Amino acid sequence: MARTTRKAVARRQKPAAGAKRTKRAGRARRTLVLVATRKGAWLFHGDATRKTWRADGPHFLGHIVNHVVLDPRDGRTLVAASRTGHLGPTVFRSTDFGRTWHEAARPPAFAKAPEGAKGRTVNHTFWLTPGHASEPNVWYAGTSPQGLFRSNDGGANWEPFGAVNDDPQYRAWMGSEQDGTPDGPKLHSITIDPRDPKHMYMGMSGGGVHESRDAGRSWAPIVQGLEVVEGFDSANIAFHDPHCIRICPSNPDRLYQQNHCGIYRLDRPSKEWVRVGKKMPKNVGDIGFPMVVHPRDDDTVWVFPMDGQTVWPRTSPEGKPCAYITRDGGKTWQRRDKGLPREAWWTVKRQAMNADANDPVGLYFGTTSGDLWMSRDEGEKWTPIAHHLPEIYAVETAEIG
Amino acid sequence: MKVLIPTPLRSYTGAREVEASGATVGELLSELDRRYPGLRFRMIDEQDRMRPHIRFFVNGEQTFDMARPLSPGDALQIVQALSGG
Repeated sequence: MARTTRKAVARRQKPAAGAKRTKRAGRARRTLVLVATRKGAWLFHGDATRKTWRADGPHFLGHIVNHVVLDPRDGRTLVAASRTGHLGPTVFRSTDFGRTWHEAARPPAFAKAPEGAKGRTVNHTFWLTPGHASEPNVWYAGTSPQGLFRSNDGGANWEPFGAVNDDPQYRAWMGSEQDGTPDGPKLHSITIDPRDPKHMYMGMSGGGVHESRDAGRSWAPIVQGLEVVEGFDSANIAFHDPHCIRICPSNPDRLYQQNHCGIYRLDRPSKEWVRVGKKMPKNVGDIGFPMVVHPRDDDTVWVFPMDGQTVWPRTSPEGKPCAYITRDGGKTWQRRDKGLPREAWWTVKRQAMNADANDPVGLYFGTTSGDLWMSRDEGEKWTPIAHHLPEIYAVETAEIG
Repeated sequence: MKVLIPTPLRSYTGAREVEASGATVGELLSELDRRYPGLRFRMIDEQDRMRPHIRFFVNGEQTFDMARPLSPGDALQIVQALSGG
């Protein structure tokens, strides 16, 4: 089992380029920002005011880290999805904030195919979701190609969900790897209803949005109202491409989705998504990847628009990075770009923008060019935390201390 | 027999060369995995296929056959074909 030691990590604890260092805050709760990149992971420890940050990293230098998440139930278990360019995928865990890491005994892997059949291989674990508050040590993982997995022991051993991974209908909806996104088709946005551990949602790119009410033993599509690319049949689940789905913590009957074809809202028990992105400015559009919900207000969400025209440049529209906020459930949207570059050609991936639970809410996003930005005032003004990191894949937040 | 470990896998073994035994390449990899848990899955996927960029050489001769017999005096070289940027 591969491990890294405290000594090894200590050698790595130079500040990230551009990161500001600070002394530790007192006993107040502090914000931790977990950054997964193409070349390793970083932990940014904020002070109580979130004005200065201490960089800890890189962890796993040279590894492709798709997601790092802190378990909110115990406040100390980190789980990281990792692979290298040449080695198979795995999962690492730490219970001491990254001083030591321990590899999963059984990382996510598809079931062995019967003799003569061509089985699938997990290329990388893409998404990690801690289980319900009432189920300590339960974790879920989504992979590329699309697969759903569960761990009951804090991420040490992972079991596949046959009802998704091996179901002929679901396999048809997933399509082949040729149908997926440029760096592989993905299962993502694994979402647990905070009122019911058995009630779950997940998204597949491609393959649509799905809901389970029996802890993942069975699933059903929930795509009504969602558009697909022009000329294709929206009744075919395979053509649906959700980019990021979020449930509102303050109202779990409300979900928002950044889709390949717009921004949508769903209010349960309805099963019909409503395209709220049509109210975005026409020259910006409502294409993008991240979707961020307010921790206490189900009318407030943020998106980070992307140029989805012609060949899909995947840059900010017109090279002008900006977030947009709605405070009325999508009826109106306001631009939030104060502090951001007037012209830049990076973008923000689906896992790379998130919020903390402070008041006012802190927002964080990482760019494909390796810059980490934050706002302490819900997007009114943006400031950089770090520059010149590797391409950022995911940004998560946690409260510690 | 001697097994040469490539640098990307030395976090498991802690050494560039280890001693291991097995009647076949596949058995030897299983033995290595018992001693260094997780090592095999980084090289061999869940369908028992060699991952891309992993190569095995027995006494300097490349093999793709996990059933290839081994003798106590053989040497296995595990090669990680590092490429790309």
